[in-house]
Order: sequence, then structure tokens, then C-alpha cells
Amino acid sequence: MSLLDRSATDLLSDLQSGELSSVELTQAALGRIEQTDKQVGAFLYQDAESALGTAKSIDQRRQAGEQLGLLAGLPVAVKDVLCDQNTLATCASQMLKNFRPPYDSTVVAKLKAADAVLIGRTNMDEFAMGGSTENSSVQLTRNPWDLECAPGGSSGGAAACVAAGMAPLSIGTDTGGSIRQPAGLCGVVGMKPTYGRVSRYGLIAFASSLDQVGPLARTTSDAALLLEAISGHDPRDSTSLNQPVPAYSQTIDKPLENLKVGIVREHFAEGLDSEVERAVRDAIAVYESLGTEVKEVSLPHSKYGVAAYYVIAPSEASSNLARYDGAHYGHRTDQAEMMAELAAERKELEEAGDTRGLDNLDTPLIRMYRRSRAEGFGPEVKRRIMLGTYALSAGYYDAYYLKALKVRRLIRQDYDKAFEEVDVIAGPVTAAPAFKLGEMVDDPLAMYLVDLYTVSANLAGLPGISLPCGQSESGLPIGLQLQGPPLQEERLLRAAHMYEQETDWHTRRPTSI
Amino acid sequence: MAEQPYTTVIGLEVHVQLATKSKLFCRCSTQFGAEPNTQTCSVCMGLPGTLPVMNAHAFELAMQTAIALNCDIPEFTKWDRKQYYYPDLPKGYQISQFDLPMSSDGYLEISDPKERFEPKKVRILRAHLEEDAGKSIHDEAAGKADTEIDLNRTGTPLLEIVSEPDMRSSLESRAYLQELKLLLTYIGVSDCNMQEGSLRVDANVNLHLEEGGEKIATPIVEIKNMNSFRAVERAIDYEAERQWREWQETGRKLGESPKQTRGWDDAAGVTRGQRSKEESSDYRYFPDPDLMPVVTKAEQVEEVRATLPELPAGLRQRLGEEYSLNAYDSDVLVNQGRGVVDYYLSAADASGNPKLTCNWVTQEVLRELKEQEIAIDDFGVTAERLSGLVKAIDDSLVPGPRGKEVFATMLAKNCDVETATKELGIEQVDESELVALCQELVDANPKIVADVKAGKMQAIGALIGQAKARNPNVDPGRVREICLELAQKA
Ligand SMILES: [Zn+2]
Repeated sequence: MSLLDRSATDLLSDLQSGELSSVELTQAALGRIEQTDKQVGAFLYQDAESALGTAKSIDQRRQAGEQLGLLAGLPVAVKDVLCDQNTLATCASQMLKNFRPPYDSTVVAKLKAADAVLIGRTNMDEFAMGGSTENSSVQLTRNPWDLECAPGGSSGGAAACVAAGMAPLSIGTDTGGSIRQPAGLCGVVGMKPTYGRVSRYGLIAFASSLDQVGPLARTTSDAALLLEAISGHDPRDSTSLNQPVPAYSQTIDKPLENLKVGIVREHFAEGLDSEVERAVRDAIAVYESLGTEVKEVSLPHSKYGVAAYYVIAPSEASSNLARYDGAHYGHRTDQAEMMAELAAERKELEEAGDTRGLDNLDTPLIRMYRRSRAEGFGPEVKRRIMLGTYALSAGYYDAYYLKALKVRRLIRQDYDKAFEEVDVIAGPVTAAPAFKLGEMVDDPLAMYLVDLYTVSANLAGLPGISLPCGQSESGLPIGLQLQGPPLQEERLLRAAHMYEQETDWHTRRPTSI
Repeated sequence: MAEQPYTTVIGLEVHVQLATKSKLFCRCSTQFGAEPNTQTCSVCMGLPGTLPVMNAHAFELAMQTAIALNCDIPEFTKWDRKQYYYPDLPKGYQISQFDLPMSSDGYLEISDPKERFEPKKVRILRAHLEEDAGKSIHDEAAGKADTEIDLNRTGTPLLEIVSEPDMRSSLESRAYLQELKLLLTYIGVSDCNMQEGSLRVDANVNLHLEEGGEKIATPIVEIKNMNSFRAVERAIDYEAERQWREWQETGRKLGESPKQTRGWDDAAGVTRGQRSKEESSDYRYFPDPDLMPVVTKAEQVEEVRATLPELPAGLRQRLGEEYSLNAYDSDVLVNQGRGVVDYYLSAADASGNPKLTCNWVTQEVLRELKEQEIAIDDFGVTAERLSGLVKAIDDSLVPGPRGKEVFATMLAKNCDVETATKELGIEQVDESELVALCQELVDANPKIVADVKAGKMQAIGALIGQAKARNPNVDPGRVREICLELAQKA
């Protein structure tokens, strides 16, 4: 077994015992990236020198007997949406292709404080909008299990790099399922924590009330370790929860007694792929074999989840992305070209004697905004800005935005009711295994449905975890999703670990690369 | 002013910059006048990924003001995003408060000591907090047309105080603004410096008139860009006349055209219409998902209320009731600010003669302050020394007419009343000495005595002059009394 096929937890114990140095491990990861990322396309950019420098200094500090952080020496990949001081943070957008934030996001600062080795920045859907990573304006990321398939999105790069063994750990973000869905499609563990559990400071916002940072890893223990390192209250984020962080990595091995698992009636409706259904039902059978009580519950409003999500998320996005106007930073259109264009239009209107047209002609400032945004944003981002702008417009606000907020409350109430009866809810992550690249590119509505089983947790602010639970006949991974009440990440991790102990899905590796 | 055929209806929106050390959602300084963009950070520049965190002190100052304006403070208030594109608005939206402001339904009482309008309560619709935008600097030198942006002001806490349309003249509007400014400075929540933009006013103006028994309102116009109270007054007067002309020309009523925005050109003394494109906007307000709603318990409101200082209206009333000052005098004192009031209060308490003390403060002290262009705290004659002077005059230790001389000496030599009187050679004249002097004068002037006896009382004046020539310390009033008495008896 290669170094990089091992779990982060194992690697960490070898680092601690001195059997392995961080430089060796980092070199191995960089070598693996070098060797396979041409095919996979998970990384947008890396700084090998800086990563090795960090690794070296950690090794030296360890040798000197210094107390080191929780992740000391482990390579961690970061989705290109979290600010890392003076490092490009592009959100895979042309708008931010030269943006180097002058500050660290809290998550990156915590990774640095935990002595992680930041190994590179992973590809994503532009501004985290999408379900396949095909909306990246930079490159395509392929699913390591089948290079013709999408890795899922928007944290496709983050999931693919772990699945392909290029990094033992990576950080993603989840707004409607963007960690759990690609984790499911790439056969790795991915977790969206409770909203507010992990600071959003320095996370380039897509939809502020839904975005949450979380871990992607090979195993539940690894996910627990990474989550422990990045969680906690942050005074710079008003929505951050002021609650102590349990030592997830210490309790993960303890099975839950008298666990009650809920299965959601509405999850097994029309549209669920039969292979996925079988894998999920088998997983539930595993819980039953462990003496777990399984109970059916209902989330009657979850069927409106996608609709509510596609009002709330674009509304917030239209506002969050207003700052990219070319005035302060990011892409600005070519000034000379723009002035020439305006002059030509003016001339044409004057010659035609079109006074109304002249009256409506953009000022140079407005034209600068228009062109900068037209050039800087890709089609999916524009589509969502338009959706959000429409939903918030005078006259439509009540019908769309406010209605969506009501649905959101009802979805949360459904969960609260369900969690009075069960401890966790188990179900599918996605309706089907990984789809072919390009298959849904021209059908945005179909693409929006890939988050069907994941969006509700974002709307309700609840934690959810995705872990491998099977394979399709064609050899693609299938994921199991567990969801829990607010702040019950520890319970979810332990419940997921119980399942993981009984099966070997998490040990399977893609063979196509 | 001639009787007008219409009533001018005015509502004011006042933006007050709160005197916090740091901005509303980050810790950058709010100091005025720094080099451009030196008081900025990732948060107030709206860099990707940054998040706002509320400045609790700004919220408290806003609450103090709202309470002083007799507003209700709801238990729940939230933050909204007001979205529009402007180069000096770095996030593409302004964090403000839309449908659930932090206060509403208050009032401010205004009156005119010269009684040009009836005292009234101007209702406050709401007062809410928001962040300020930056500043665009247009550099058109040397044929360039560059715009530079200074974000130092971005994120400065503003309290927007919106009145109901309760004012009926520019005079009332000015009184409202002056009273509001006075209130704000009493609480100390703002420096109210209009030149530096700490207090900015927009006025909503329209006319109510009657034609053929029908009550008619003209379309509302919002006037922006006024940077002094004088400008507000002029702009409202101009706008009322303009609307009257326009009504006569077009007959257009409220609701028949959208609310118009006009800018005030102070140099030209006119309001000018802005392009309709610039005024029509859909701000697409929605709750800011980055900020938690603010919950304020009734006890907290009471705690803040308890910290409020005595407010101008209450002080005026106390000066009338406890110091027997008339409305005009109270108003003059209170309008000078808390420093002068405190000066007066300690001088009056010490002298025991509030009315006489008031005369000295409102006349001599204020005149000196104005001439020297200094604040009361820097004034050479302390309240204690002034009370000494007032007491000395009251006890006839200093003859009234020589008071100003003494005051001038106290000021020039920086000394108390005793030293000043000694310096001027003012001594109290012994009563028997005074009677002896008067007797001497009466005896020496039989003609005057005869005149007095004949009823020509004013003849006695000559004796007062002679007495003063003999002894400058004599009290002329007393000399008149004694001489008249002696003359009658002679
Ligand atoms: Zn700042």
C-alpha cells in the first residue's frame, strides 16, 4: 500500500512517532499530484516550495521537541474560495483571477495554527455555484473513478484530490450540498457542519445564510480530526456559534448506544436510482445488524427544498457578488475599448436622430460596470445573479423571497419534529452515481436537482455527513448521508464510524488513474 | 411676509454621524481629515470573504439619541442590505435598517422665543442606524477626468432621523434642526459639524392648497445637498415658491408624478432637478444574512435612559421654575450649550441672585466669549469669581454702574472681585459719611433745594454729579435718595 493510500490518522501517528517526516509525506503528495493531476485536474495551483518549507520547519520543530498542532505535518488541500494571505483566491472565476487577499480566512489561519501543510488550491464551480465543477472558468476536474464522469460540485476539486490520493485531507464548502454531493460521487467522506460551527470569515461568500466550511477525507476519523481543527467561535463572524468544540477525534471510536436511525419516507420516492436505493437500504440493514432501531420519519416539506434554495441562494448571491464591479479590485474592462464602444454607439444614435436612445445611453461608469461584470462572470453565475435580482425586486419580494423563507422555516420544523423521534437520519446523498461530464451542461434545471437530498440540511442549518456505502455496477461510488440535529457533529461522526467499521467501502480506491 | 395662498409642508431627514472612535462594522478609526484610504481595512473595503461585526457602542449612542427623542425602542431590530451601484459603495450595498428600525414614533418640541410660530411637537417617524459610504474625488485637472475614491468614511455610523411632515415653514424647519443639533450635542453623541458632514439634511417639501373647496397637495420634492441651516432655510423658501409657480403652470397634483429629487445650488440660490434615471431605484432590500438581529430588553432601555444627561427642554423648564428666569433668558442660556448652562448654574447658586447672574452671563460673558472666540471652559472669569462680583453688586459693595469696570479688570488681571475693586480704589462708603456729604451738598445748594421743594425732582441730579466728583465710590442711587430726603426736610 502506497503512503498516500493510508488514512490521515495513520499518517499522523507515523509522523508523531518519527517513522515518517512531513517532508517525505509532502514530497509524496506533490509527486502524486505531478503524476495524476494532469488527468484529474483537481488543483488550480500549488506552491511546492512553500509547502516543503512548511513541512521542513514542522519536522525541525518536532525534532526540537516542540508542542505541535493537531494536524502537524499533514498535507491539506484548500478549495479556492477561502482566503489565504497573499495567495491567489480566484473562486475559479475570471473576475478574481488576480486576487490575492491581504488576510487569512479564519479556517486557513486555524489550519496554519494546527501546523497543517497547505498543499494547494482546488478547483471548484465558479463562486461555488454548480453541481459538477464544470462551471470553473479555468479547467475541468474529472472524477478519479471514471475520468469521463463529473466529480460533482462545487467542491469537485476538493473531493477528487482526496479520492485520487493527492492529499489525505481537504477543505470544501457546502451551500446546498457542495461537500456531501462530490464526496458521495467520488467515494470519500465529506461533512457539512452545523451553520455557525465553522467561521465563515474569509470564505468568499456565495449565499451567506447557507455557506458552511467542512472537511473532506478518506475516513470518518480523518474527517473528525480536520473538523476539530477548523471549528470554533470566531468574534469576526457574527453568525459564528459560541459553543465549545468537542474533541471529535477522541470520541469517534465510541459506538453510540441505543442509537435510533430515521429513514425519511420522502427520500425513497420516484427518481431514485435503483442501485443507489439498494446500497442505502443495505447500509440501513448494517445499522439494524448492530442492534440499532430504525424508524420511518417524514420531512413533508423537503420536496420544496430545491425550489426554496433556488430563491434564497441566488438572492443572497446577487447581493454578495455586487461588489465585483470593476471599481475596487478584480477584473476591470479595457478602458480605451469601452470608451471607443460608447463613442461609436453615441455616433450611431446621433446619426439616427434617436434622442431617447441617446438619453438611455450608459454613462462611462455604468458601462464600465456592465462590461466588467459581463466579462468577469461565467454563465451560471450570471444566471443566478439574474434569478436573485428578480426575486428581490419590488413586487416580487413577497411572492418569492419571503415565501422561500417560510418554506425554510417549515423544513426546519419538520427536522425538529423528526429528531424528537430519532437520533440521526440516514438516506441517499444523490439520486444517482456520478454523471458524465457535459451531460447536464445545457440543462441547468436538471443540474439543480442533483442537490435534492442535500439542500434541506443547508436550509435548516443542520449538520450532515456523506460516506461511501457502495458501488454501482459500472464501478462508481455510492454515498450514504447521515443528518443530525444542530451541533450534533460528534453524534454524526460516531454513527458514521460505526457503519464504516462494518464495511470496507472506504478502503476502495479508483483504478482508472 | 405676505399671506401665502398655500401651506408649505416639510419633513426632514437628518443623517447624524455618531461620535464613535471606530466604524459601525469594523475597528477602523472614524477620525476626520486623515490621508485618503488610511483608515480602512479588509472589512470596510468590502474585500471578498470579509464580514461585519456590529459596534455595540454605536448602537448605544443611537439608543441614547432615540430615547432623548422620545422614541419607542423595539425589542427586536435587524439589519438590511440596501443595494445600489456606486463607486464609493464598496460592497455594492449599504447595511441599513429597513422595515424594523431600532427606534420609531418619537417627537421633538420646538418653539420660538421671538414667538414667530406657535410651539409644537414635531413627530419623529423613525431613527435608524446605517453605515456611511465613501467619498468620490473628481480630479479634472489637466484635462483628465479621473475619479479617485477615498474609503476613509466608509462604514462610519450614521443615525438617520426621519421626521413626519410636521413643519410648515423654513423657520420651523430651522428651529427643528437647531433644537435637534442642540439635543445631540447635549447628549454628546455627535459633534454635529456640518462642514465635515457630521450632520446632513435632506428636506421633503410640498404645498397644500385649496381650490374650489378641494384640498390639494402638490408632488413631493426631496431636496438634497444642503450643508448649512441657512441653506436649508433658503432652499425650502425657494422650493415653495417654485412649486407654487409650477402648480399654477401645470396643475399637477401629488400622485400624478413620481417623487422628484432636486439638488440645492447654494451659490446660485436655486434647486435643480436631477435626471429621472438617477432617482428611480429599486433598492432590493433584504435582511443582511451576515448580521444577527439585535434584541434589546426593556431593562437595557431603562439603563440607557438613566445615563442620559439633562436635556435642553428639561433645562429650560428648570431654569424657569427654579431660577425664575423668563423663557427668553432660559432659551439664550440653554442654546449656548451645556458648558454655559453649568457656568450659569454654579454662578447663580453661589451668588444667590439668579436673575442678576443671568444678566451678567447673557450680556457680558457671552459678549466676551464671542469677541475672544473661545469656549466657556477657557474663559478667564470663573463662575465662582463671577458670583463674587454679582454678590458684591447685590450687597452694594460695588456700585452697579462700576460693575463693568470691575468685570473688565477681573478679566484683564485674572483676579477675583476683591482684588479688582482694590485695584480700582473702590471702597464702600460709610453710611454716616455719605449722609454727611449729602448734607453738605444740600446746604451748599439752596437753589436746588428750592427747586426740589417746588416739585422739580430732576434738579437733584446735579448733586449726584457733585457727590461722585467728591467721592467716586458713592452709590448714585443712594445719593439721590438721601439728598431728596434732606432737601425735602431743609
Ligand atoms: Zn475598516
